[in-house]
Amino acid sequence: MFGFVLRRVLATIPVMLVVALVVFLLLHLSPGDPAAIIAGENATQEDIDRIRATLGLDRPLVVQFFSWIWDLLRGDLGVSVYNKVAVTTLIAQRMQPTISLAVFTMFFAVSLAVPIGVLAAWKVGTWVDHVIMGFAIVAFSCPVFLLGYGLVFGLARKWKLLPVQGFTPIEQGIGPFLSHLVLPALSLGLVYMALLSRMTRSTMLEVLGEDYIRTARAKGLNERTVLLRHALRNASVPIVTTIGLGIALLIGGVVVTESVFAIPGIGRLTIEAVTQRDYPVIQGVILIASLVYVLINLGIDLVYGLLDPRIRI
Amino acid sequence: MKQAKWLARLAGALLAIAACSGAQASDKTLRAVVHADLKILDPTWTTTYITNRYGYLVYDTLFALNSKFEVKPQMVDTYTVSDDKLTYTFMLRKGMTFHDGGPVRAADCIASIKRWEVRDMMGQMLARQTADMEVVDDLTFRLKLKEPYGLVLDTLGKAGTPAYIMPERIASKPATEQITESIGSGPFMMKRDEWRPGNKAVFVRFPNYIPRSEPPDYLSGGKVAKLDRVEWLYIPDNNTTLSALMAGEIDYFEAPPLDFIKLMEENSDIKVLNIDKLGVQFVLRPNFLAPPFDTFKGRQALLYLINQEEVMQAAVGNPELYLKFCGAFFLCNSPNATEIGADPLRKPDYARAKAMLTEAGWKGEKIILLLPTDRPQYAAAITVLGAAFRKAGIPVDMQSADWSTISVRRARKDPIDKGGYHIFITTQGGPDAANPVANTWFGSGCDKANPGWPCDPELDALVAAWTGENDADRKPGMVEKIQARGYVSVPYIPYGQFFQPIAFRSNIKGVLVSGQPVYWNIEKQ
Repeated sequence: MFGFVLRRVLATIPVMLVVALVVFLLLHLSPGDPAAIIAGENATQEDIDRIRATLGLDRPLVVQFFSWIWDLLRGDLGVSVYNKVAVTTLIAQRMQPTISLAVFTMFFAVSLAVPIGVLAAWKVGTWVDHVIMGFAIVAFSCPVFLLGYGLVFGLARKWKLLPVQGFTPIEQGIGPFLSHLVLPALSLGLVYMALLSRMTRSTMLEVLGEDYIRTARAKGLNERTVLLRHALRNASVPIVTTIGLGIALLIGGVVVTESVFAIPGIGRLTIEAVTQRDYPVIQGVILIASLVYVLINLGIDLVYGLLDPRIRI
Repeated sequence: MKQAKWLARLAGALLAIAACSGAQASDKTLRAVVHADLKILDPTWTTTYITNRYGYLVYDTLFALNSKFEVKPQMVDTYTVSDDKLTYTFMLRKGMTFHDGGPVRAADCIASIKRWEVRDMMGQMLARQTADMEVVDDLTFRLKLKEPYGLVLDTLGKAGTPAYIMPERIASKPATEQITESIGSGPFMMKRDEWRPGNKAVFVRFPNYIPRSEPPDYLSGGKVAKLDRVEWLYIPDNNTTLSALMAGEIDYFEAPPLDFIKLMEENSDIKVLNIDKLGVQFVLRPNFLAPPFDTFKGRQALLYLINQEEVMQAAVGNPELYLKFCGAFFLCNSPNATEIGADPLRKPDYARAKAMLTEAGWKGEKIILLLPTDRPQYAAAITVLGAAFRKAGIPVDMQSADWSTISVRRARKDPIDKGGYHIFITTQGGPDAANPVANTWFGSGCDKANPGWPCDPELDALVAAWTGENDADRKPGMVEKIQARGYVSVPYIPYGQFFQPIAFRSNIKGVLVSGQPVYWNIEKQ
């Protein structure tokens, strides 16, 4: 097991190097110039050239790449070309909102999706199943931004139950913290919940048709034990895979959700950095996101082993 | 029944959370959503509007404009001009201090002016005319000129990117090095520990600020900070900002999209105010290096394609927010407004435009227009131009890209077949645009001019003559000559002028008509 984990961790190094190279080339070969944006709309060409030289963007691309890699190897992701704040600081400032939103969304989605998926499978073909699956189709088809605006209009603007936008750190009180997360988590989580409930239902249906389930019922076990201990446990590997893949979906959704609800998280940092061509920030965020993604996949592989002894290495 | 109870519990929980979240900002905190994220803290380093507005919060200026666009002393108490008009002596107000506690001294002013002169166009002109600047005593400094120069006060009192005064130790840094400190002597101090780039910037009242005794007037007069705290929030989504304003979560919306204005005007909790009577001018820039716009006739042909009202309908919509026609290069409603030479712009004549283009050497090739996809107003305005070209039977190629890409592309001098372009669009506004020398898009210094590279030594000479003129009575006539030549040379086309109001909650009082958002005099009731 230790060897397996070590191999997977070492395998992340070439992955990260390839990611670094691709990100660097994509950014620097695509059009756009932070110096022009920094200088402002009415700046002269002389201003723009001076800023470009100050930022080191007039150096050959190869020199810029190796300079960045050298800094990376020393654990330095660089500083924003705009505000001169360290990229690590900017990312750290944005971590709490994004992690809070992701965790809250996951908790909300998984805790609802799995039970209703199991319920739909158990009541397959009945009105319960139809209602749940109908809801799943609607939720899956609804764009995050549309759902977000709808929720804001109803729950925040019309009934004033929840705040429209923003994020309050948990240190400032659990009430404000939670209240700012409910609407974004709902709009982001519904799509994910729909996906997960459909996956749970189909996997459960497959498992419920197996001989050992019939045997369990034949020997007189109650339905709850059959469903939860025998069926759900065996159906859990594909469900866990979907949860893992869902994190990628979540990362994409976070970008939109953070913009709609004005949450100062990693998603918004990325969008702003991309539109402003803040190269060190984009590179830093993508590297960190790739690392997180690789680690999540590693975590999922380890969870497989816990859930299904046949997969243990 | 069970479902009803469950729903009631859910509603109760939401209400409880909402109650908990009621930790609203105090009554003396203004929560303002600004038009852009504050990224750069050096107002000399960039010309971006957001950094300039930050400058007015944190720094003070030696002079400032009043609502008649007259230059009035601000940090300066009194000043004298020698009879030969070669020596200006400035006496500072007593008791002014910087946010770090240090006194404001004459040496700070000289260092700040020198740093700013490296970057600012008007500042550079003043520097060329300056023989020397010297400290007389702690509160007095002297500016000696090589020859009389009529724009000394106009330069020190300009509104866009003015000479903000900072401590000498900071201002001594070269202009090529970005300042990251935030020490001014203005009415508000920046809370650096609460600055979250991309999200929030916080300013608190500077208790030691001594405002002038006069009432506030545009950017001059007493800057009395009545708020304890100003929070700048950056919310990129306008719909969210509108909802937040309506729900009372924010107090002030600095640049609401113009199609929101009617909706906000109908809401009794919200006030809409135009604080800028000059407004914003669309600048349609032909590329002087790209045939047929490398000729006078080719550029003049463009004038016959323009219907400003159509442009405004597409880009602005609400007729109360734009001028039906403005042919002034230096903005309508400004002291330098004139309609001399603007007749070709009044009514489109597509046949004439095509004929003139052909005479200018156009051979039927597509005209390349740059269309910024992430700036809806620009995109709408350039689309109208595309339609006008087509009406004239001239094919166009509208090449779309985001603004960042266009910023780079427009600065490249490539020929058309290697990625060059014919026309792009931008905007400018404020008192600087109303001034022939500070209007950077009017500058026609060939290689030294802004992208598009207008090249007309005769026009530049007229502007230089206006700059050197000391007799105020002669200046309006000179502006007319400049504009008349402008319509011959066509460095750009004034493509329409519109207004960008601000919106705020109705309990906000004292918002000044100051040309750009400022935060002194505002109170929350």
